[in-house]
Amino acid sequence: MSEKLLMKGNDALAEGAVRAGCRFFAGYPITPQNEVPEYMSWRQPQVGGAFVQAESEVAAINMLYGAAATGTRSMTSSSSPGISLKQEGISYAAGADLPIFFVNVARGGPGLGNISGAQGDYFQSVRGGGHGDYRTFVMAPYSVEEMGNFPLHCFEVAEKYRVPAMILTDGVLGQMMEPLEFKFPEVDPKTLKEPDWALGECKGRKNRLVGSYDLVEGKLEHVTLARAKRYAQIEAEEVLFEDRLCADADIVLVAYGIAARACSAAVKMARAEGIKVGLFRPITLWPFPKRQLRELADRVQAFLVVEMSLGQLVDDVRLAVEFEAPVHLHARPSGVTPSGEEILKKIKEALKAGKGEPVCSSR
Amino acid sequence: MLQQMNKRPESLVDVQMHYCPGCGHGVAHRLVAEVMDELGIRERTIGVAPVGCAVFADHYFNCDMIQGPHGRGPAIATGIKRSKPGCIVFSYQGDGDLASIGMAETVHVAGRSENITIVFINNAIYGMTGGQMAPTTLLGQKATTCPAGRDPKVNGYPMRMCEMLATLDGARYLERTSVHNAANVLKTKKALKKAFQYQIEGRGFTMVEILSTCPTNMGITPLDACKFVQDQMLKQYPLGVYKDIQNVSGN
Ligand SMILES: Cc1ncc(C[n+]2csc(CCOP(=O)(O)OP(=O)(O)O)c2C)c(N)n1
Ligand code: SF4
Ligand SMILES: [Mg+2]
Repeated sequence: MSEKLLMKGNDALAEGAVRAGCRFFAGYPITPQNEVPEYMSWRQPQVGGAFVQAESEVAAINMLYGAAATGTRSMTSSSSPGISLKQEGISYAAGADLPIFFVNVARGGPGLGNISGAQGDYFQSVRGGGHGDYRTFVMAPYSVEEMGNFPLHCFEVAEKYRVPAMILTDGVLGQMMEPLEFKFPEVDPKTLKEPDWALGECKGRKNRLVGSYDLVEGKLEHVTLARAKRYAQIEAEEVLFEDRLCADADIVLVAYGIAARACSAAVKMARAEGIKVGLFRPITLWPFPKRQLRELADRVQAFLVVEMSLGQLVDDVRLAVEFEAPVHLHARPSGVTPSGEEILKKIKEALKAGKGEPVCSSR
Repeated sequence: MLQQMNKRPESLVDVQMHYCPGCGHGVAHRLVAEVMDELGIRERTIGVAPVGCAVFADHYFNCDMIQGPHGRGPAIATGIKRSKPGCIVFSYQGDGDLASIGMAETVHVAGRSENITIVFINNAIYGMTGGQMAPTTLLGQKATTCPAGRDPKVNGYPMRMCEMLATLDGARYLERTSVHNAANVLKTKKALKKAFQYQIEGRGFTMVEILSTCPTNMGITPLDACKFVQDQMLKQYPLGVYKDIQNVSGN
């Protein structure tokens, strides 16, 4: 359990999922997530699970829909274009209350884009992505260790609330080698209680239905509102974040995933120069740590959002702080990771602007 | 015999089906249910309902059922079968569902020789959405998106699924039948039974394509719909066994 390993981010993700009890994986090749299906192709048979190389991402997500409906801990992974293809299936899983788990090892977009790490899929992840009113539980790891340990949490939250759960990570983290520890005892799925909705043998019980449609007038609204109560509970109970050096900070950087790593470097440099900078890192992107940011807004002069997208995370930060403090933005879209030095420069600009117009920049 | 025919199979839920008078879906449901009863597999069968007029199949079959996105039944069935190999899994699909939007899933489930059974209802039309052209619509046949009749220059040609899938090594049993008259209804049941039997024996992918009727969208009587199958559809879609693992050497 507490043995130190050296692993690639994508391998850690796959191994972490297997140790969390994942026994079904379907996927389709796409860079930079190829290591995940490759790993699963030999690892699943070792633990008596199933691996299918699907004919497309569309097929993979629907295989997951079927496997998850049997109560099996199931996973798929892809990268941005493939995740777009999965959206219909994710919406169906949300509508059928199925606890599926999927990973986006995101790359630069839109379109075919490039294969570097990027964060342009933020809105797609936290705002729904597919059709209809639903939410996805979204976790954003920022180290290989978190890549390995988050799958278990995703499965548990997905099953507790019967919602889709995802990890939004990126090509840099997926390809990075780092030491890690799996900080949980390996899960034997045979010891988990079979859910009372899972499909299987109906011997001795009424047959079960899994699906997302209801044509009886008004009934679907009922179902959706009941689900919304679970969403509210997730927002109240499942927020995760990390705040570093925020207590005395004049300015707080807000960033997740790989962008937060670039920010840590900038914080170190700034502190060495005597500039009081903190870092606030949302770990769950939905639910978003709104309340915690709002509280910080009373104490700090300004926020600087650093994201590897055009300005998506910044919207959630602005909604959270309700104009109590200026929110500056440094955006590097389409597969560029900002450097610590460039963030430090932006910190200085933002502090100079004070309470004035927020500074928005790329480069 | 008559009494036997009228008894509701245990594998059907005791509710009124919503299908139009003269629709082939109701007959096909009944045949699948009778086969499940006779093979004694109801309590370990999981069915996948399509998007199409048979979407409500999840409420009609008295076994565990799942309904999913349009055309993805074979993928859903794959996920189920790989997780519950002891269960019998079938995917029930229309021609738009199977041969248009779900073509890739259909071909690949056969390619993988997934040990599942597809019940394919070919009524040469999009029933549920109101009579648009299907990939199986006949040349010259009128539909709401080819009101002058299907013209190959504009709309291409009808697709023959059994013939296509028969080229794949993974397909183990493929038969095309029809439910437009009593004799063919009996043959359809026999084919379904064989397909499910093969699945029980773990022989791999099986499919029964059932030529069916949609009088509503053709704007004709149920009787004329049966005549359309007999006179028109059979020419384009000859009945028969297109693949039977027992007749394939080297398997
Ligand atoms: C992604 C998607 N596209 C389109 C539809 C609309 N739609 C519902 S049923 C159907 C056609 C069904 O025709 P078929 O599969 O032949 O079944 P039938 O009703 O004839 O039995 C279509 C296009 C949908 N529900 N989802
Ligand atoms: S519209 Fe056609 S396919 Fe649909 S139920 Fe009526 S007859 Fe059957
Ligand atoms: Mg049809």
